[in-house]
Amino acid sequence: MTVADLGAVWLTLKLATTVTLLLLLIGTPMAWWLARTRSRLKGVVGAIVALPLVLPPTVLGFYLLVALGPRGPVGQLTEALGLGTLPFTFPGLVVASLLYSLPFVVQPLQNAFEAIPERLLEAAATLRAGPWDAFWSVAVPLARPGFLSGAILGFAHTVGEFGVVLMIGGNIPDRTRVVSVQIYDHVEALEYAQAHWLSGGMLAFSFLVLLALYTFVPQGGRMRS
Amino acid sequence: MRRHPLRLAMKTAMKAFPLIALLALSKAWAAEVQVAVASNFTSPMQEIATEFEKDTGHRAILAFGATGKFYAQIANGAPFEVLLAADDETPARLEKESLAVAGSRFTYAVGKLALWSPTPGYVDGRGEVLKKGGFSHIALANPKTAPYGAAAVQAMAGLGVLAALEPRFVQGENISQAYQFAATGNAELGFVALSQVYRDGKITAGSAWILPAGLHDPIRQDAAILARGRSQPAAAALAAYLKGTKARAIIASYGYAP
Amino acid sequence: MNTGIQARFHLGRGDFSLDVDLALPGRGITALFGHSGSGKTTCLRAMAGLERAPGGFFALGGEVWQDEARGIFVPPHRRPLGYVFQEASLFPHLSVGANLAFGLKRVAVAERPFELPAVAELLGIGHLLERPPGSLSGGERQRAAIARALLAAPRLLLMDEPLAALDLRRKLEILPYLERLHDELSIPVIYVSHAPDEVARLADHLVLLDGGRVVASGPLAETLARADLPPAFADDAGVVVEGILAAHEADNLSRLDFPGGSLRVGRRREAIGSRLRCRIHARDVSLALERPHASSILNILAADVTAVAATDTPGHVLVQMRVGPTPFLSRITERSRRELAIEPGRPVWAQVKAVALLA
Repeated sequence: MTVADLGAVWLTLKLATTVTLLLLLIGTPMAWWLARTRSRLKGVVGAIVALPLVLPPTVLGFYLLVALGPRGPVGQLTEALGLGTLPFTFPGLVVASLLYSLPFVVQPLQNAFEAIPERLLEAAATLRAGPWDAFWSVAVPLARPGFLSGAILGFAHTVGEFGVVLMIGGNIPDRTRVVSVQIYDHVEALEYAQAHWLSGGMLAFSFLVLLALYTFVPQGGRMRS
Repeated sequence: MRRHPLRLAMKTAMKAFPLIALLALSKAWAAEVQVAVASNFTSPMQEIATEFEKDTGHRAILAFGATGKFYAQIANGAPFEVLLAADDETPARLEKESLAVAGSRFTYAVGKLALWSPTPGYVDGRGEVLKKGGFSHIALANPKTAPYGAAAVQAMAGLGVLAALEPRFVQGENISQAYQFAATGNAELGFVALSQVYRDGKITAGSAWILPAGLHDPIRQDAAILARGRSQPAAAALAAYLKGTKARAIIASYGYAP
Repeated sequence: MNTGIQARFHLGRGDFSLDVDLALPGRGITALFGHSGSGKTTCLRAMAGLERAPGGFFALGGEVWQDEARGIFVPPHRRPLGYVFQEASLFPHLSVGANLAFGLKRVAVAERPFELPAVAELLGIGHLLERPPGSLSGGERQRAAIARALLAAPRLLLMDEPLAALDLRRKLEILPYLERLHDELSIPVIYVSHAPDEVARLADHLVLLDGGRVVASGPLAETLARADLPPAFADDAGVVVEGILAAHEADNLSRLDFPGGSLRVGRRREAIGSRLRCRIHARDVSLALERPHASSILNILAADVTAVAATDTPGHVLVQMRVGPTPFLSRITERSRRELAIEPGRPVWAQVKAVALLA
């Protein structure tokens, strides 16, 4: 592998780790709300979260490019805040990947939370545990499989992301050129040997991730679909 | 007025509609020819295909995409009969590998490179903006895989600004994406195919500098009849039609050199 | 200061509504008894604050937990109560010991009335503390749940059919522990049940619920002996008599003395002086105007009729009487009533065919 390939691998791992940690942070309250709410908004929010599952990545990438750009609403906000615009930057990739991988973290978590009997949370309440206390001492440990599979899927899906990165990344070495884009370049340039190295690596990685998921995570924590 | 990408998509769809209707109604005896077309040639080829059917009764079924991908598909048995490539290397390679009919290659268009910005007055008529700087991103197609990208790099090297500008590169996987980066304002300016911003003798929106031919090797876009189209009269007819006056006028109206 | 429990709830749920206004004693076991769908569990959940009844009121010994009129609603986790669910609700990710400690460690040390080992011992689960809940039998799990509730320093223990999910053997295994609780705990217990035997054995006070309404509320023996209960309860009517084991007699018999008389029962193992409860079904009591001679029935008691009421079964009536101060019930046919001219004030002889001892 070349230095450029290694740079792409390192960048990809950095991106996937950042995105996974942030998604657990953002996705947990969302999943908890979705699992427990009786609000009529539940359907709407659930559908929005699931959108990236069905949308072509190019659609998401295109809208992100427009929205995050200097003329888009988000772009104008980030510029007003002195952050500049996000496309072609690592934070931009993080934002895009957060959206794209959101359902892969939220749905397993939501399933895991929904599988917790209401009775156990009520029992915690009658044992003097307030809602926050019960969440940490009962819900989180019981939803462990959901956290595990959400983290694995979120990480793997971010590693495998291509279309969105292609649309807003700009293919900048060590900043936005991730492994999937690097492979695409190799194939386009007919550098099949290098493409094989990276592609084979991705294949092995993906297989190992799914193997881990199907071996170690109990049924309850997997994806709905 | 600036060309909004959405509006462009709408326009393309509207243009394609009569073609689809026409295809559906065409006479039963009309032969069909399967054509792989480089993405940058999408709009002119749709117009040409309409005229081609009107004039000859043959129907051209068009697939658009990246030339590199077409190569891989053709090598693996894709049913294309004619290829309109974005470069001259791919048809030559196909001919060498006996995947294209020997002697069928010809240059159907020579691409022109433009430095373009959606902001009126941003790009001056001599490309001084490249030396002046003041922008954070400049878009171009991936020089490794796209002829327009390679030409852009060659031109910047010739102007002596390559080293200074390289850190500001944002690369599209193809020339359409380079255009998109600039059109959405995410890059202040970019090297695009003239055909993307030119119609009937003038720049459609923003400001542009059409690069003089001396700054880069000509971007020859070659066509070839593929092995599968060898004994297909409609394939030969299309090749001939592309060389005719009507097609050449359409091609020129999109800013390609003859 | 009022030491009892006041509960006033009105709750509508589709076509079911709960409408209760209860004053319950601040000690002993109160049974909420009724058929399924009578609102017992909803009432219990409202007491815990797990269901919030709009306009509800709940106070324990003068401490108000809910008074919507004054905008007071103490959330469940701030109420010093213990709750035992119908199905074992142990946390599967914690060992039995950690389950027991769950509530305990959330109570200030000074307020802890029990030590964990003592409660574990009381409920016979001291040897199970290291085990995961999944490896326990149903009975052991329920005992652990009770221990866990007690360790949270409750001032009120709420139990929702804690035995309903268990088979007879497990039930019999737990009942003695519940009786020990009854004897050793000073806090009031509210116990939801639809099993008459459990109620007869454990309760001191009885609340009968039907269709979300309170049909009777009072001390157990008196309430059970009421003749004016809805017919739905009358068919299974019977009284609970609490007595003291007075003597062991010849022929493998024991004598149980209760206020107003004595009963002979099969030989008991308990020590003389033990308190024993027995249940006597109304259908097991027949009446005679003169003291029967030459009868195989051992327990023949002099009684005074206090009331006569209808039952659900055509041609049958329920006769309420007193043996001394102790109420008894008898179910006889309308014809017998007419022929014997049984009416309030009439002295009769009650022949008790069967006595079910509840221990």
